[in-house]
Amino acid sequence: MIEFAILILKIAIVIGAVLLHVAYVVYFERKVIGHMQSRLGPMRVGPHGLLQPIADGIKLFFKEDIIPAHADKPIFYIAPVLGVVAALSSFAVIPFWESFHIADINIGLLYILALSSVGSYSIILAGWASNSKYSFLGGLRSSAQVISYEIAMGLSLVGVMMLAGSANLRDIVAAQSGIPFILFQPIAFFVFLMAAIAETNRAPFDMPEAESELVAGYATEYSGMRFGLFFMAEYAGMFVMSAIASVCFLGGWSGPDFWLFAHVPKVVWLLLKIYAFIFFYFWIRATLPRYRYDQLMNLGWKFFIPLALANIVITALIKLAV
Amino acid sequence: MSGNYIPSHYLPVISILAFSVLVGLGALIAGLLVRPRRPYEQKLAPYESGNLPVGEPRYRFSVKFYIVAMLFVVFDVEAVFLYPWAVAYDRLGLFGFVEMMIFIVILLVGYVYAWKKGALTWE
Repeated sequence: MIEFAILILKIAIVIGAVLLHVAYVVYFERKVIGHMQSRLGPMRVGPHGLLQPIADGIKLFFKEDIIPAHADKPIFYIAPVLGVVAALSSFAVIPFWESFHIADINIGLLYILALSSVGSYSIILAGWASNSKYSFLGGLRSSAQVISYEIAMGLSLVGVMMLAGSANLRDIVAAQSGIPFILFQPIAFFVFLMAAIAETNRAPFDMPEAESELVAGYATEYSGMRFGLFFMAEYAGMFVMSAIASVCFLGGWSGPDFWLFAHVPKVVWLLLKIYAFIFFYFWIRATLPRYRYDQLMNLGWKFFIPLALANIVITALIKLAV
Repeated sequence: MSGNYIPSHYLPVISILAFSVLVGLGALIAGLLVRPRRPYEQKLAPYESGNLPVGEPRYRFSVKFYIVAMLFVVFDVEAVFLYPWAVAYDRLGLFGFVEMMIFIVILLVGYVYAWKKGALTWE
């Protein structure tokens, strides 16, 4: 019983931290992109706009929840909740440091990939249930994009599993105690990074919500807190993808082990790596223009999938020879 | 640790699933108490840049999306077959390597066929 109470406490801490992260990463994004475009970003609410996320959150609670008359009501209701559940549940297998993780299952990576597929359901169901042209097109495009890039992403992680001999994220971190896998798997790292951006629908692959042609894509008809849940799912998904990239390629919670660095708590190294990836997401968004949809699908099917397959064959050959 | 299936390891997974459902529904229900509800006909109409909606929203769409979905099923199943192989690769040795290369070559034949047929081309 006491174990169960500790488990619930752990879950509450992780989910609470994630929700706080979601609120402030939006602020971080607006600040980063603002400064990259020679603006200041949010400045009005609190010193340097630091209270902006709180104000936004409160505003979302007080906004009317508009449900279009022709919407498919039950599906319209559950689609955003499904997205949030898929994004938040992924945190179960992420090891934050040696002794802190929620679930220690031997199929950690498979579990994360499965949940990211469930997340694509929330998008296509939202697009379908809204019964609006923009939502419908946004949902269709998004689901085709997500499933295309999911293959490349799944294949790119096979190399990591071969090196670690396990799909458990803790074992993968332990296997990188000397050298991070990015040095052995640069191709897989590149494919994973690009696929992760497409998977979370971020620029330059943010086709489903290309605001210049599809308004807000699948979320066009959503308002208030329901829209907020989609937002939450997207930013939590970014965090999960960055965490997977850090754990599988950059050695997770391990950091330099000499001098003063040895006394830094392990979780700091993990968070540093994760936020470096998140900064990279914003940097790309501020730098690159959006892809065209056909270019995006061609890139996924004709470039990333063969590349990931080739990486598997090369890894297998080298492991056989060594 | 790897290799054993212990159902109790999945209790945390189920707990976090339940917890996130509570977070999602809780955010909506908490809002229910404070948010206004003043619907009228124009507000509930589908968004179409301010014009009156024209035609059916669920019109016919490109057959390409179906093809992508079918190809996805093929390749995703392939990826699922690769995972246990990758995890056990150290123990399989040369036999495992040859077996999986045959599997990948068969899939590549299908991949090249789909490419030549134009299933991967969007215009």
